[in-house]
This record gives sequence, C-alpha cells and structure tokens, in this order.
Amino acid sequence: MKARIIERRQLCPEIYLYKIEAPHVAERFRPGQFVIIQTHEKGERIPLTVAEAQPEKGIISLVFQVVGKSTLHLSLLQKGQYLENCVGPLGNPSEIRRFGRVVCVGGGTGIACLWPILKALKAVGNEVLTIIGARTAERLILVEEIRQASSQVFITTDDGSQGEKGLVTDVLARWINSPAGASSPAIDRVIAIGPAPMMKKVAEVTRPQRIKTIVSLNTIMVDGTGMCGSCRVFLGQTMKLACIDGPEFDAHRVNFDDVISRLEMFRQKEKLALETYRRQLAAQREGLAPKELHPKRLSSD
Amino acid sequence: MRELSPEERIKNFSSVPLGYTEAEAVREAQRCLQCRGVPCEVYCPIHLRVLDMIRAIAARRFQEAFFIIQADNPLPAITGRVCPQESQCEGVCPLAQDGRGLNIGKLEAFVADWARARGLREKLQIKERPQRVAVIGSGPAGLICAYDLRRWGYQVVVFEALHKAGGVLQYGIPAFRLPTEVVDYEISYLQEIGVEFRLNFFVGQNIPFAELRRDFAAIFIGTGAGAPLFLGIEGENLKGVYSANEFLIRVNLMKAYRFLEYDTPIICGRRVGVIGAGNVAMDAARCARRLGAEEVYILYRRTRKESPARDEEIQHALEEGIIWMELVAPRRFLGDEKGWCRGVELVRMRLGEPDSSGRPRPLPIEGSEFVLELETVIEALGTTPNRLFLKQAPELAVNRWGLIQVDDNLQTNLPGVFAGGDAIRGNATVILALGDGRKAAAAIHRQLSEAER
Repeated sequence: MKARIIERRQLCPEIYLYKIEAPHVAERFRPGQFVIIQTHEKGERIPLTVAEAQPEKGIISLVFQVVGKSTLHLSLLQKGQYLENCVGPLGNPSEIRRFGRVVCVGGGTGIACLWPILKALKAVGNEVLTIIGARTAERLILVEEIRQASSQVFITTDDGSQGEKGLVTDVLARWINSPAGASSPAIDRVIAIGPAPMMKKVAEVTRPQRIKTIVSLNTIMVDGTGMCGSCRVFLGQTMKLACIDGPEFDAHRVNFDDVISRLEMFRQKEKLALETYRRQLAAQREGLAPKELHPKRLSSD
Repeated sequence: MRELSPEERIKNFSSVPLGYTEAEAVREAQRCLQCRGVPCEVYCPIHLRVLDMIRAIAARRFQEAFFIIQADNPLPAITGRVCPQESQCEGVCPLAQDGRGLNIGKLEAFVADWARARGLREKLQIKERPQRVAVIGSGPAGLICAYDLRRWGYQVVVFEALHKAGGVLQYGIPAFRLPTEVVDYEISYLQEIGVEFRLNFFVGQNIPFAELRRDFAAIFIGTGAGAPLFLGIEGENLKGVYSANEFLIRVNLMKAYRFLEYDTPIICGRRVGVIGAGNVAMDAARCARRLGAEEVYILYRRTRKESPARDEEIQHALEEGIIWMELVAPRRFLGDEKGWCRGVELVRMRLGEPDSSGRPRPLPIEGSEFVLELETVIEALGTTPNRLFLKQAPELAVNRWGLIQVDDNLQTNLPGVFAGGDAIRGNATVILALGDGRKAAAAIHRQLSEAER
C-alpha cells in the first residue's frame, strides 16, 4: 500500500516531519504505537515514530532522524511522492489513565513519540511535567506542540543555548532527590522516550525510589509482527519482543546494555550502505548516474 | 534431473535443479507404468490428476498437461518443487521399489515452467456471487482457498501483513529451492482471476476481528506458524545469534544477499552453527554457505535417522559442504566483551528410550561439554502460531500450543470462521496447507450455498 507524502517539514538539521496519507493507519492509531515503512521496492523495513494521527483526514505524521541510507533516502523524497509501503499501527498502545503526576522525558525523535502520549495523559486529567532536551537549541523539536500538551515544560541543552545547560536526567534527578515539601507532591509515573543511553540513565535515576518508569524501545525490527525475533529484549531472564510485547516496558526490568549492544549489530553494513548511497548521490549531481536511483512506478492513487 | 554443481551453487542463489528439457520430460513420463490403482493420486493430499498429466506429457501434449494440473492446483510450479514427493506420489510409485521412482514433482514443475515461459493461463468463466469471503494470510493455505472460492464466484479478499503476498513461500523458502519469480507469477494468476490482495494489512491491528466477521459472509484463517521458538539459554542476547526466521526473512523476503542493491543487511560469519536438523535448518545452512560462510555446521541432538528434514534437502546440504554434527546440544552461547557471539558450548548426547514423538529421547552425557568456535548461530527449532493475531481474536478457541481448534470441516468454534495450514497443525508442509485450504473452501461453499437456499 503506497503512502503519498502530502507535507514535508524539516524540524531541525537532521529531523523531519512528514504527513502521509495512510487512512488504514490513521483510523486505528493510538499513542505509543509505531509504523514500519519501506521507501522503495528494494528498501529496508524500518520502524518509525508516529507523532500524530488525523483519522478524519486519513493522515499520519511521521518523525524521523537521518541516520542511515533508508532515512537519508526518505529525507530526499518530496511532497507528492510515495513511500512504497507503510504498515501499522504496530505495537501496543501506551497505558493511558489517571496516574496523578506524570513526568515525561524526551530526547531526539523520542520527543515526537511522546507528543501524542502527553496529549492523551493530560486529557484524562494527569498533571504532565515534561522535560525535553537536545545538544543545542537548534536541534530541539516540536517545542511549541509539547508546551501546549504539557502542564509544564522544562528544556535542557548540552551547551545551554536554550533552557538549562545539562541533560534531561539532571533535571529529573533534581526533582526526585529534592526534599519533598508540600509544594512538590510525589511523582506517580515517569515515561522516557529517546536514545537508549538516555532511557537507561532515566531508569537509574528513578530506580532508588522505585518510581514506576516506562520506556519505549527503538530496537532493530524487520517484520514488526513477531516473526523475526530481531527486536528481542531481556527483562531479567525473560525474553520479550519489542514489536508485539512492547514497545513500552518497565524501565527497571529492561537490560539496557543488551538493547544498546544489539542496536549496533549491523552498524558496519549500515555505514557501508550510507557511504555508497552518498557516492551515488554525488555522482548523480554531477550527471554521472541515472536521475532516479530508486525508480518508482508512477501511480495515481 | 540435472543440477547445478555444488561448486557453482554456493556462489549464488540460483535454482539448484535445472529443470527438464522437453525431450527429458517426455522420456521420464514414458517410464510411467500407468497403474490401475493410481497410488500417486491416492496419496496426493489434494488428489491431483497425476496419471492424466503424465500421459499428456508422454504424448508431448504439454499444454493439455498444464491445464489438467492447473485446474486443480493454482500453484503447480511451487508444489512441483517443494512437496515431499518421496513420502507421497513418488514414494508409492511401484518404480520406487527398485530406486527408480518416477520424478513426478519434477514433471509437474516442468509443465508449469513450460506454461509460464509461454504466458499460458486458463481463462476462467466465473459466475459471480455476491457473498464476500475474507482470507487471512496469503501463504499456501490461504492462496488455494482464495482460488477455489473465486472459481465458484465469491468475492474474495486476502489480507496479508507483509508487503508481499505468499507467506512462507516468500519469506521462508530460499530462491535456490523456489525462485521468487515463480512465486510472484503463480500468485499473479489469482489476481488475474479477481482475487483482491490487501497487503500491509494486519487483521486485528487494522480492523477488529469482530468487524471483519460482520463484513464478510465467511472467513478463512491461514495465518501459519510464523513466530520463532528460542532455546532460552544463556547468550541469546549476543550479536550474531539469529532465529532461522530472521535469517531467512532477511535473505529471502528482503534479498539481503544482494546487499547494496537491496538495503537490508545481514551479517554472516566465517563459521556458522545451525541448531536443529529440519528442512528450515537445511535452508538456513545452505543460505549461510551462499553468503560466504566457510564452515557451516548442522548441530543436532539426535541422529540423521531421526531428522525431520527431507532426504533430498540433507543430501543437497552435504554436497554443498555443510558439516553434519549429531548427538550434540547447545548449553550456552559464548560472547566477547563487545557482545558478539564467539562460540557455543555443546554437550554430547546419547539416545534413550522413545519419547512422546516416538523418536528416541536424547540424553546429555554429563562431563562431555566442549566449545565450538562460531561467529554466527542460527536457531532453527521450529515455529509457533502468531501470538499477535491470536491476542486480537480472543474469541477463537486454541489449544495449549496456540493452534486454532477446528472440527472435521475445518470450522473453528465460531460459525463461518474456518482455519487451516500451520495455524492448526504447527510446522507442517506446503501441500498439507493446500489440502486444508481446499477443504475449507469446499466447506465454506457448502455453507454459503445452503444459506442462499
């Protein structure tokens, strides 16, 4: 099922938001779920974050960061062009109920993944405190959207160019470890979505006080429906599949070292594919390669 | 049958059997004794008209031979290649008694290939009926069910979660046994006669199962057994350890062996160990060899005699230099400081009394542990039905292994909902799935035409 790109926005130097026509996904999407897409017939199947669904228009918003060949190719597609395949929603929806005070921590494209979760949590009456961070102010995404969806927002940047200088986990640690006064009721739940090392750190910060902490794992996947086992993660001794048992798990039970290690499994090959593609693109610019590296059959819906 | 030489084979994913020439096919067909009792047809799970096909080939009437077989089987180029003929039609052929059994499967593949090369297809006159039937899963069971129902005029929609139709034919069986273009071509025939395929569509996730039941007059569930089993031992978190499903999906469905032309990567070490000795294990081992592995081991806890793999598959694997290591079982996988697999600790086994499967139970010989150095491990332990689908259809009765329970007509506990293939059997064969799909289609037809009256 091809999915047409109807809007293309660059959120920051490496992160994009695409609105695509995918009515079958939009209709059923719930916060916390994801899709798997393929940019062209010979492409990889990659899981992507869904930032928003507009079922009445049959549209979903995908947010992705350019990290390899597939995402670079995706970033070069223009409005009106098609993704070859898009399947979803996949994975389990986030648990949304009234917890009380929820702290949401986001980094990178994880911020986009948090956005619909924040909205849903606030809608059922939670106090939603959000901490988002990036290396620099320029790399922060969806700040306005997050601000509107949260009760309060705290921003950190590595260089201090916006908000507080430091890491999201510094703020979280300060909140948790400050003496609890009448003005600061306890945190009922923490939800962290971002790079695996960030989520690992969040788990460490909340562990001593046993604050229920949920993370959404962005493992390598192929089919996304429980067939390949590539996304397996370990909760203690128990093996779970991020695609069908997750993607959200209890952060205090996840073995993050395995998650981080397994994300590197194909690193060398991914680098080779990216370099090769960059060379092909350069040759194409100089008129040495065919115009379409991934010729697409033209289709009119 | 002429085959690619093992030296040639391990360099590519081309078909190993080279196929008959017309003269070879005629000569083979003329060996048929034309038995009165046609055991070949009796023992065919879908009772194909084998004898008529062979007679037509022997008389060089290839087109007629093709139409005879295609009338009952929409996938002849597939079944001709992947059926375990030695335990069906070919096994009961009287010629097989002195080891010169007729190559019925190869003849079936020959006529199908002959027709494909000429774009020959039967034009069906379909008398349309209004009832809609949903088929969940586009593997062999779903395909034949869709074909039969469409021929009777039903409006058939096949739902497939992946981006290509074919199920295990597409993601599981390697191209050197079953070329991808053969699968695509035979499936395109179903599209041509009006079966609608909805790809990238997961029933349960994209539409509630209950809603599907309201929208369709009947449903056939052919969701297969696509979820891998893992050993559950230490070291399965290591990089370099795959389920056979992941390895084969990357290679077959995603074409990782043509990496850089295709984007999906695969990493296959110099030394590879495949745990298990079924057909899937042979497929994985042979893929690993073609990806450049120098030493590929089949690591099996019983002996060759107990192996569930077809003899032909084992034979092909051995010819390609696969090393057969039996009476060993993995204790744990060993890794380096960076989390890459570096080997497996194996324990030697001996065979004890028969277990519930009727095969001798393998027992570990304590103290016999040793380490085999490997960079890649592929666990080929069998698969189970898809949990995700079953979770979304909790009203469906399943047994303790997650297999959907059906009655003699393949109807589930839900009226109008039928199931077949690996979803009710566990790991079985393409032809048994075809048999189920056909039987369920007939039952659906009976039910819907009775309702009409």
